[in-house]
Amino acid sequence: MTSQTTSKGHTLADLVQHDRVHTSLYTDPAIFEDEMDKVFANTWVWVAHTSEIPEAGSYKTGYIGRQPVVTVRDRKQQVHVLLNRCRHRAATVCEGHKGKTNSFVCPYHGWSYSLDGALRGVPSPESYGDLLDKADYPLVKLRVEEYAGMIFATFKDDIEPLVDFLGPARKWMDLFMKQGGGFPIKVGGEHRFRFPGNWKIQLENTTDAYHFPLVHKSFLSSVDKQTEEMLDFVEGPGFVEDLGNGHSVMVMIPDLVDLEANLEAPIPERFAALAEELRADYPEDQVRRIVRAVGGSGFNLNIFPNIACSMAFFRVLRPVSVTETEIHHAVITMDGGPEAGNRARLRMHEHFQGPMGFGTPDDSEAWERVQKGSNAGTDQWILLNRGLAKEQETADGRRSDVSAETGMRAAYRQWKKLMTA
Amino acid sequence: MNIELLNHASAFICQEADMLDHGEYPEWLALWEEKGLYIVPINPDETDFANTLNYACDDAKMRSLRVARLGSGESISTSPAPRTIRSVSRFRILADDGKTVTVRCAQNLREFRKEIQKHYTANLTYTLVRDGDSFRIQQKVVRLLNASDALQCIGYIP
Repeated sequence: MTSQTTSKGHTLADLVQHDRVHTSLYTDPAIFEDEMDKVFANTWVWVAHTSEIPEAGSYKTGYIGRQPVVTVRDRKQQVHVLLNRCRHRAATVCEGHKGKTNSFVCPYHGWSYSLDGALRGVPSPESYGDLLDKADYPLVKLRVEEYAGMIFATFKDDIEPLVDFLGPARKWMDLFMKQGGGFPIKVGGEHRFRFPGNWKIQLENTTDAYHFPLVHKSFLSSVDKQTEEMLDFVEGPGFVEDLGNGHSVMVMIPDLVDLEANLEAPIPERFAALAEELRADYPEDQVRRIVRAVGGSGFNLNIFPNIACSMAFFRVLRPVSVTETEIHHAVITMDGGPEAGNRARLRMHEHFQGPMGFGTPDDSEAWERVQKGSNAGTDQWILLNRGLAKEQETADGRRSDVSAETGMRAAYRQWKKLMTA
Repeated sequence: MNIELLNHASAFICQEADMLDHGEYPEWLALWEEKGLYIVPINPDETDFANTLNYACDDAKMRSLRVARLGSGESISTSPAPRTIRSVSRFRILADDGKTVTVRCAQNLREFRKEIQKHYTANLTYTLVRDGDSFRIQQKVVRLLNASDALQCIGYIP
């Protein structure tokens, strides 16, 4: 595909311009196939938060692009990301979403692997004579690195270290993790849903403040006045910043960038009852820290290509086909923190997120409409020039107003770099 | 088997299903106890709904907000509103302490909206409080057959 031109006479590089991308990025199955190799199998991809595999033997299955993988913690606490495929005849060795195991045993012929992927046992080995050295057939292992509890893996052995790939995104990850309110953060369950549209439509949405007052009008009608005013940020002082390597941050509520600052500010009305409940068990300074953390961070951090740290949850995207995407919204709770605080978090998540939330279904409808509309016209473009007029260079990258499409331009710049390398 | 109670409870549940299919939301809200909970869990085996993430865990306030949203015209995922037809059957009384009755039944729900028909099957478990010659709903748990899978968005009250 890279060296070829599309049916409209564009090269792959032409499809991404500084202020627009070609509609075929949403609709062309050949481009999607190419993305699986050149994007998902060619960069750092998020696989789990450390709290999802807390103990030796804890595992989580998932996908990198369309390839099934298992993320597992071994007996020495080392994390491995293994291809979920028996080396004998390819059957998956681990089913189920999350759990705990002592080993991985293929259900087909019983080949068994230890938690670090080493091939341990082959039933009735005599038939192989000396043709099978077990040391040659471990589960295929990916390179794994971790930052701020976020576990990433890559197929690309010579890629830059994760910390370099994340770059300035790291400081935003550090800020995001403050929503533990003094406790370690823990994934407390997730909503999973699919929508009939291309994965990049969802990727864009995480730094799209512009849609919020319109698409989420019904959500805004369901919250108290103070929350509604807090979420009225489109013409506010926030910003979007391109952080390099496809990552970007959208700050909607600047006051909630650092959850450990400004603890003396009045407790918002919606948290008054929670604060009162917490006062029975915690001193006032800790009550304030927890309550401020419960509402979540005032920004969305989009880490290319598949994970976002978004207000009070992790958004994970999984490309299924050129026109289908699976989304996980994982709620973040305080590990060992007050149940009342965690319950508030869970109820807030249910209010907006998931297939029955007051927010997600409307996002999903908008994304579905983008995919449907993308079939109109034969050589049309998607405009991404909002906020370009006032975009300024910064120490970390480029910045414009909160409803600028700066984050989308950042993601497509990285997409182009990977797809045309 | 107490056929009279079974008939009584199933008639109440069929009526509730008919209200939801026909958008009679004020009447539906009036069926509830003030402290009642409407729950759609993610894990069908879950029992601690308060301390786990659900698809919905609505108290009286959230139920009325949910109803208001469905009728507001402000939500693009519910305008046009999906049409639903649900069948409820296989009623069984699980418990009866004289005041409250626990009933389990099966629900097959078909949804149609904008060119697509979907099918959701669920176990429903009701805790009903006797109220004169009828009941009020103390708890309704909708355990979707595929709740642990990735779902598509649901723009109505299942």
